[in-house]
Formats: sequence, C-alpha cells, structure tokens
Amino acid sequence: MGTYVPDTKQQQKEMLKEIGFNSFEEMFSHIPAQVMLKDGVHIPSGLSEQAVIRRMEEIAEKNVVFSHIFRGAGAYYHYIPAIVSSVTSKEEFVTAYTPYQAEISQGILQSIFEYQTMICELTGMDASNASVYDGATAAGEAVAMCRDRKRSTVYVSAAAHPGVIEVIKTYCFGSDAKVVMVPEKNGVTDAKALEEMIKTDPRAACFYVQQPNYYGYMEDGEALGRIVHEGGGKYIMSCSPIALAVMKTPAEYGADIAVGDGQPLGMPLAFGGPYLGFMAATAAMARKLPGRIVGETKDDQGRRAFVLTLQAREQHIRREKASSNVCSNQAWCALTASVYMTAMGAEGMAEAAKQCMSGAHYFLDVLKQAGLKPKYENAFFHEFVTVSPQGEGKDSAHILMALEKRGILGGLPLSQREILWCVTEMNTREEMDEAAAIVREVLHGKTGEKEVCGS
Amino acid sequence: MKLVFEKGSQGRRLELISKMDVPEVSFEQEHRRERAPRLPQMSENEISRHYTELAKRTHGVNDGFYPLGSCTMKYNPKVNERAAALKGFQRVHPLQPQETVQGSMEVLYLAEKYLCEITGMDAMTFQPAAGAHGEFTGLLLIKAYHVRRQDEKRTKIIVPDSAHGTNPASAAMCGYEVVSIPSREDGCVDLEQLKAAVGEDTAGLMLTNPNTVGLFDKNILEITRIVHEAGGLCYYDGANLNAVMGIVRPGDMGFDVVHLNLHKTFSTPHGGGGPGSGPVGCKTFLEPFLPGVRPVKDEDRSQREQGGSCQFLRSPESIGDVKLFYGNFLVVVKALAYIMTLGREGIPQASSNAVLNANYLKVKLSDVYDMAYNETCMHEFVMTLEGMKQRNGVTAMDIAKALLDYGVHPPTMYFPLIVHEALMVEPTETESKETLDEAIGIFHKIYEEAIRNPQELHSAPHSTPIGRPDEVTAARKPVLRYTWE
Repeated sequence: MGTYVPDTKQQQKEMLKEIGFNSFEEMFSHIPAQVMLKDGVHIPSGLSEQAVIRRMEEIAEKNVVFSHIFRGAGAYYHYIPAIVSSVTSKEEFVTAYTPYQAEISQGILQSIFEYQTMICELTGMDASNASVYDGATAAGEAVAMCRDRKRSTVYVSAAAHPGVIEVIKTYCFGSDAKVVMVPEKNGVTDAKALEEMIKTDPRAACFYVQQPNYYGYMEDGEALGRIVHEGGGKYIMSCSPIALAVMKTPAEYGADIAVGDGQPLGMPLAFGGPYLGFMAATAAMARKLPGRIVGETKDDQGRRAFVLTLQAREQHIRREKASSNVCSNQAWCALTASVYMTAMGAEGMAEAAKQCMSGAHYFLDVLKQAGLKPKYENAFFHEFVTVSPQGEGKDSAHILMALEKRGILGGLPLSQREILWCVTEMNTREEMDEAAAIVREVLHGKTGEKEVCGS
Repeated sequence: MKLVFEKGSQGRRLELISKMDVPEVSFEQEHRRERAPRLPQMSENEISRHYTELAKRTHGVNDGFYPLGSCTMKYNPKVNERAAALKGFQRVHPLQPQETVQGSMEVLYLAEKYLCEITGMDAMTFQPAAGAHGEFTGLLLIKAYHVRRQDEKRTKIIVPDSAHGTNPASAAMCGYEVVSIPSREDGCVDLEQLKAAVGEDTAGLMLTNPNTVGLFDKNILEITRIVHEAGGLCYYDGANLNAVMGIVRPGDMGFDVVHLNLHKTFSTPHGGGGPGSGPVGCKTFLEPFLPGVRPVKDEDRSQREQGGSCQFLRSPESIGDVKLFYGNFLVVVKALAYIMTLGREGIPQASSNAVLNANYLKVKLSDVYDMAYNETCMHEFVMTLEGMKQRNGVTAMDIAKALLDYGVHPPTMYFPLIVHEALMVEPTETESKETLDEAIGIFHKIYEEAIRNPQELHSAPHSTPIGRPDEVTAARKPVLRYTWE
C-alpha cells in the first residue's frame, strides 16, 4: 500500500503534538460524530505498485486491440510521431497547473499561444481559445455563443454526428433554447429545408453543420452559409482538422465560428478520451469565446510575455454572468496538437490528408468489386457508407464478424445493411485488399475457403 | 524566447509517414483551400529543443512545493502513467463491439464502485470532463428531477457567497437563477439566511464541505435538512474532498448528488490546465437521469465466470450526453490505479495528513501572518494580508510574487472573495515536514522583507524568466495569435 505521504508515523505524531493534538482523532474532534465514518471505506486494501500494475495489465488484456482499423465516426486512428510522445511526457508539462502565475508559466502560456495561432491558420479564423473538452462540447458552447434574448432557436444538421447532436440538445436543456433538426437528404443537409425553416424564423440564432458530415460526405458549405446569414443567424461549422490541411476553411465557407475535435492531431483512440475541442471565431465574435485565452503583452522590462487574458468573460470573475462555466480546459491535449502540427508541418498534414482521401476512394473501389454498393455517389473525404446486397448472411453483422475474426475492425454498422467505413494513412493497400477479399467471401458465400484470395 | 513560427526554415520537414501506395484522389476546386496553413517548417532537432526550452520555463508539482489552495496539487504518481500507457487502454476505439472492450468497461465499473463507496453515492457517471462540467451535469440531474415531478416553480439555486465561481456559472448555464447567501463571520453557512432563502422556488443548494475557507461546517446535517424540507436537493462540490475522504462521506451528510475532481483529490496530473475528469455521483432516485451509458454487470454470470461480463446501459430517463463517448477515460485509469494503491487504509491516511500538514503550516505562520479564521482548519487555510496592506502597503499579490523568487508556487490569490487580500494555502499530504519547514522559513523571510523594504516586494519577482506582465494592455488591446508581417 502506498499513500505518497512522506512523513513516518513518528514524524506525524511529532507534528500533531506541535500543533496541540495527541492524535488524528483529536484533530478531527470538531467534526460531528454522526457523520464520522465508523468502519472506514469498504474498498479493497491498498496494493504494492507491482500488484497494481499486474491488476491493470490483467484488465487491459481483456480489451481487444485491433491492428487494422477501418472505423472512424468521431475517433480516428492516425500516426502519432515519436516526437509528440516525447515532448508531451516532459514532467514540467504534465504536472503544471493552469498558468495563472505568468512569470513562471511562460512555457505553458507560449505553447497555448502557438496552439491558438495554429488553429487560426487551420480554420482561417481570427481568434481561437485555449481549447475545451472535446468537439461535441465545443459545438454546445458555440451554440451558446450565438444565442441571445431575441434569438434562441438553434438549427442543427441531421447529417452531423448523432452523439454531437445529443450533446447540443443536452446543453440546450439547461436554457430556453429550442433545437430544430434540419433533415438530411441524399446523404447531406437538405439546403431547401433549411431555407424554408430559417427564412420564416426571426428567432433563428445559428445553424450547425459538420464538414465533411457524419457519413463522410461533403456539404455545400458556401450555400448553407449564405442561407443562414440571409436568415440572420450565425454559421457554425465543425471540421476534421486533418481534412483542413487541404480542405476549404470554415472561414472560406463563410462560417462565424469553427469548432471540431482535435483528437486526430496526435491523441490516441484511448476509448474516447481525453480528446480536444477546438473553437475559433471571426474577430466580431472573438470576445464571446468561452474558456481560457492567452494573449501577448510585455513585462515590466519590455520583454515579450504571455498571459491569460480577457478573463472578464470567465467564471472566476463574472460568476453567474460568465459566458460559460468552463474552468479547466484540455491544455495538455492542446500541447499534443501543437507538437503534432509542428512536427507534421503543412506539407506533412497535407500528405496525411491526401492519403486518407486517396485510400478511402481506393477502398470504396475494392469494396464495390467485392459486392458492396456505395449508399450515395456524393463527394467524400475519408469516410463513406456502403449498403449490403439482400440475402441471408450478407448483412453488416456478418461482414463485421468475418473481419473481426481476422483481427480487423471494420466500419461502424449504421443499420442492418449499412456500414460507415473510414480510411486513414494507417491503412495500407495490402490491408484494404485483404479486408475487401474477406467481404467478398461473405457476400459470395465462399464460406468453405480458409485462405484469403488475392493476398 | 522565440516563437515556434520564428524558428526553422523554408523547406525543412520530417519524414514521418510512408509513401502512398494507391492512386491519388484530391478535392475538387470547390472544396479546396486557397492557401496552405502557415505551420512551422523545422527539423526534429529544432522542434525538440524548442519544447525543451518551453519546459524550462514551466513550473509543475514535479518542480517544487505548490500550495495552491482549492487545487490540491498533490504528487502525481508515476505508476498511474504506466497504467494509462498500456496498449490495451491506449489503442481501443470507443465504438468497438462491447465484447472487445470488457477491460475498459471494467475500469469504469470498478471506478464507479470504489468512488460510490468513498462518497456515499449509489451511481456515478464519468462522462463529465472536468469539475465545472460535473457541476453542470449534476445540476441538470436536479433539473430533470424537478421537471419529472412537474414542479415548474423551482427556478432558483442557492449558493454561498464564498463559493467557487464555477458554481453560480454552472447554475446559470442550466437556466437557474442564482441566490447568493452571505456567510457568517466564521465563514460558515448562516442558517438564518438559509432558512430565509429556501422556499417553493428552491431547486437546490450547491455547497462544499469543508467550505472554501477551509473550515468544516458543523451544521451540515441541519443545512441539508433545511433544504430538503423545502423540497430542494443538495449538490456537493467535491473540490475539497481531499480533506475528508475516508473520514466522512457527502452521502452521509445529506447530499444527493456530488461531483469529484479526479485531477485534484485522486492525483491525476493537471497537465497545465487539463485534461481533468469530473465524475458525477448520485443517490438512487437520481440514477434514472444520468447521462451517457454505464457498464452494468450481469450479476448471475459474475458468479459463474471470473468478473462476469459488462454491458453498456443507458438510464431510462437520461438527460442525454454531456460529452461524446464515455469521458476522459485515460484520466479515470490513472485515478483507479491511485485508488488501488491507497486502498482502504490509504484513503483516510491521505486526507488525515492533508489536514495535519495544513494545520501545521497555519500554526507555524500565525506568529507573523494574519489568519482569516482561527479555528482548526481542514486541508487548506486562508491568510489575509489586509492588515499588512494597511500598515505598509504590502499586498497578497506582492507576497505571492516574492515567493516566485524562491521557487515556490504562490498560494491561490484573491479567493475566496469573502476574505480581503486572501492567500489560500493547501499543502496536501504529499509534502514532507522538511519541505513545510523550508516553506515556513521562506514565508518568514518574505515577511521580514515586507517590513524592512516593501518596495522590493512591489517589484518582485526578479529572478523569473519575465517580470510582472502588463495584463491591462493585454486585455485592452488583445493580441491572441502570432501574425506574419
């Protein structure tokens, strides 16, 4: 058992005496007896470090680690450069607190300032905050930025990630905001429907769209933006940060606020967290950004210095009038993203994006040859949906089971016959050929064969 | 120091990913960005040195004493890092089939079990990513409860004026009106004020005990009774749990819902401001409203097989989701490793020593520094520099900045708001007597400086990478990003 309490029982006793107590019981005697625990907490006894690791390893081994992953839907398997792990494991960065004392926190503050700059570069926006919990909460916070007394209806594309939609709804449960879904049509947001809804709604606060959307398809970002602005609302666009290396920026699409999840920028899948919510906005909306923001200034000797700034928005100053309750952010994850973007550079990220996109298109081709049909012919980035043909044993479950047996995590089953696939720079041509061959086996009933053809 | 954008040179790059082996496909013109993002172009060596330079200008718990009140800057055990680094935890996709992630579900299951036991709660969600996020979640549970009862009148949340800013901010985010009640002279809840404030419109009370001035409010059972009688619920802000874990439980003090800060009480590292984890625990009657999904064990199978298998279930009247997926999972792994290490005996030992260390420091500083409250404190205490400010113009800010020159992170400044010129000190249990004695010496030295030469303190710090920054200009003329000329 370890407690990390350095002092021995003897030293503790001496210290107790110095402050006038004979025992710990005496020190706690001012606490009402009724609430004092009589029998301690009923959890197992403490373990040695060796035993803790053994136990943790046992538990971790119950998880299946797939070496080939074709699933995205909000969590993406990308290459994490060694320099990223090396830098982020520096104890100073790991064990530091929020940089309230600027004089001894220039390292953290500068790294956040660099992160903010990179996010602005990626999204084309004028200002970024120091991060929020994840892409979904960033969406929830972005929606809150757009609401005011007069405008409280929030329009959300039904083609966005269902989990993010759920978070936006939960965030709005607290307020008087109304969430209205804009239907999906042919795999993308129904622009006509949006226009109908928003032009007759003087209370429209904003419209949220994901680019590319949940199904992987490219939205008509510019047209949607025009419709929203004509309706007097603000335009919120959520983007894949890898796609942004080559894709039109939210700023170029006309967005007022850009959000998204930075997990692909060097963070492992980690069963869903910690990830990274980025938020950036135009100059007009910058002061409404929630959470911490780092600014540049000078110190008393004219040297360049970084500080947390615009704190008057925040909870520790404004309390119930704060723009949000956010206190902690995801600083260490923001650092991870900065190192990733620095290591990869614009060229490296463009290369990764190119491979994601090219790989996904190749994969769709071989899956088509294997017998699956694309659900839509829409333009896509690195995710797409396929439909199984009719027939017993050819549905999503059978396909995914067959892949799983060979150590491959297939796409996400969306329904009995639909699968949402994802390809990244981690998937090789060989892997994709093998996966397609297995799919072919399932669809063409070659259940007797043990060998994979075409390997 | 140069920014990363001011280093490197055009054309430098790392060879990180392999060449592509499929035909190239790229965006059509309509979806292509006009100009590439301006990111650094550096060699790996330059990158490594840049971040090493940044690390040298960063001060963490690993560097020295960090008595930041309300933040519980305790030692971050390395075994927790090793546990979180296990491939089985790092490399699993959150949407894998449940049979393939039984290990991760076991982590959440055990963490829920142990933390419910420690807090006296019946169920817990790990979806909230930080304390404030947990507060928001917990308040939504209260809201859902009253909505369910069709009690539309309950629009107010009561918060003591000593509360952390996130409390009223979270309440406002939930659409509640915040009623702030003034604290007594001794920093505790004024029962008369509370009785006057509760009514049919009370949704609940948010409280922390020990409170934000570091004192255990002895009237806690009466406080929660008053609120319950008026039909409201009681929310426990778990930020100060390090004072009492294993000694008392919020569930036994009348609280219905709590949030914990795993990055405070349960030793997970702060990372410069996150990621944290703010799990929310509740009593059975609030369980139906919990967000997200929770791993539930098939009890019968548990008897037959070792451990049994977990299934994710969503509560029947769930408020939805406060985050995508299950929360900051790796942070929960670290906290679980910590709980396994401390165990039944270690948990109360940690809090007992946290309280001992705080009282030790308080007593030894009382000869020259004014304490806001004289009673036995819990895990933290508040000093006030109001007297010193009147006498020779030395403020809490000055003392804090002077400490920086000695390599000690200052205590929390200007919080809680009910104490003027406050410095809140929380040593935690992981500091040795020698460290405390050294700190006591430094505080005394600074006091002597303050008497002898106040001017010196006004211009502190002198030995840090930068001096006091101009925060006024930073806010008036914000420069929030680097710009290329």
